[in-house]
Amino acid sequence: MELICPAGTPSAFREAVDAGADAVYCGFRDETNARNFPGLNFSRPELRESIGYARSKAVQTFVALNTFMRAGSEALWYQAADDAVALGADALILADFGLMAYVAEKYPDQRLHVSVQASASNRDAIRFLVEAFGAKRVVLPRILTVQDIARLTRQIDCEVEVFAFGGLCVMAEGRCSLSSYATGKSPNMNGVCSPASHVKYRQDGDTMVSELGAYTINRFGPDEASGYPTLCKGRFEIGDAHGYAFEDPVSLDVVDQLDALREAGVSALKIEGRQRGKAYVAEVVSSMKKALAAPASERNALVARLRSMSEGQRTTAGAYDKRWR
Amino acid sequence: MTLPPALVAPVDLAPLWLIERVARTIFSGVLRSHPDLFERLGDYRQTRYLFCPLDLPLNFLVVPAARTVQVSRKAKRPLSDACIEGPLVLLLGLLEGRCDADALFFSRELSVTGDMEAMLALRNALDDSAIDLPTEIGSLAGPLAPFVARAARHVRKRAFEERDATWN
Repeated sequence: MELICPAGTPSAFREAVDAGADAVYCGFRDETNARNFPGLNFSRPELRESIGYARSKAVQTFVALNTFMRAGSEALWYQAADDAVALGADALILADFGLMAYVAEKYPDQRLHVSVQASASNRDAIRFLVEAFGAKRVVLPRILTVQDIARLTRQIDCEVEVFAFGGLCVMAEGRCSLSSYATGKSPNMNGVCSPASHVKYRQDGDTMVSELGAYTINRFGPDEASGYPTLCKGRFEIGDAHGYAFEDPVSLDVVDQLDALREAGVSALKIEGRQRGKAYVAEVVSSMKKALAAPASERNALVARLRSMSEGQRTTAGAYDKRWR
Repeated sequence: MTLPPALVAPVDLAPLWLIERVARTIFSGVLRSHPDLFERLGDYRQTRYLFCPLDLPLNFLVVPAARTVQVSRKAKRPLSDACIEGPLVLLLGLLEGRCDADALFFSRELSVTGDMEAMLALRNALDDSAIDLPTEIGSLAGPLAPFVARAARHVRKRAFEERDATWN
């Protein structure tokens, strides 16, 4: 299985390549990708240089253009696709069907991957994207079990990529409106989930309070590991209950499922984290690379240290081995 | 990991103007040798960033656009747009991109308040800049630069080794 690694800056890109990535994915410095954060991402010259560096080490570069085009501003996305192709991207990761059609018609030889943001998680949806746009790979959402994935790979005619480590989005990606509800901005349209412009942290005695827009997301006690200020990992009062309604602050780690995923027909494992620093990228990529080559009994020890760097300082296999409650 | 009291005591006694002059010289050197930092910061170069090392009796107020560093004693916290607090070693580790800010936030070793967009922009700009503080500090020492830089690298290595030991 290939290891697909994140990069939010040219420095992180180099770290990912040097740490053993088979491919690095990244985006331009605008709303055409789902990690449109201040100070993050690549200018055109930076991407050209990074692709050149990756090529010199036989590593591929995937460019994420995985937000949905805003009516009237399609030119921004078309231009980004034109530039990514011209700069030599090995694959474009797309979510918007209109943009897929544009790329498929204008650049029929360009490799096209279906972003997780496209929410293609069943046989019919994926078959349509393969037939209509020539998609070569689909990135599946983090809401399927390993058995679901195995069933799906047998029914479709394209490669399957799944998330293996990092941020755990528990929603139907591309269709989640929680961030929009709280802030008016979303990863789907603006490239930001729980945008920093709407996030506030404050101390209330020895408690840290995280707020998103007008909502209190969580209150962390002094010795409690914290998480991102997203509604899906917020702590709520529901009736008499008090706790996490959707998911705890926790990261994804499927190192225990590597063999099962390989047997399920998965072609590539994706590490989430374009918003993370280069130190994190280097450590996670090198640990996962070693884990992939190691016997199953040694894998847990190889990635144990990564837990301390994870959201909530805990990891879970999430839906991969979970059933609905 | 926090600074030992033996290292903190002289800082407590040193005059502010002297500390400020050293901090400004290092900051100017960093900006000179990393123009890309400014470019990546974008509009946030006007932001007033406050750095509060928890183990040092000082605050550092940095405005990148003005190329200034103001140092104040702990009791007087100046107005700022965004503030970051944590042990000095970790703040310096962030400056050099050796630590992951999100990981330090999750472990509660670091706390941030104020304008989070500005803080993210700074974090990302620093992370991409490959700043090497021992080199910057060494450059202040004229002909002794290689020795000072080597000593600073040794101190940095020890500090992070100690931190790694507490992690494992």
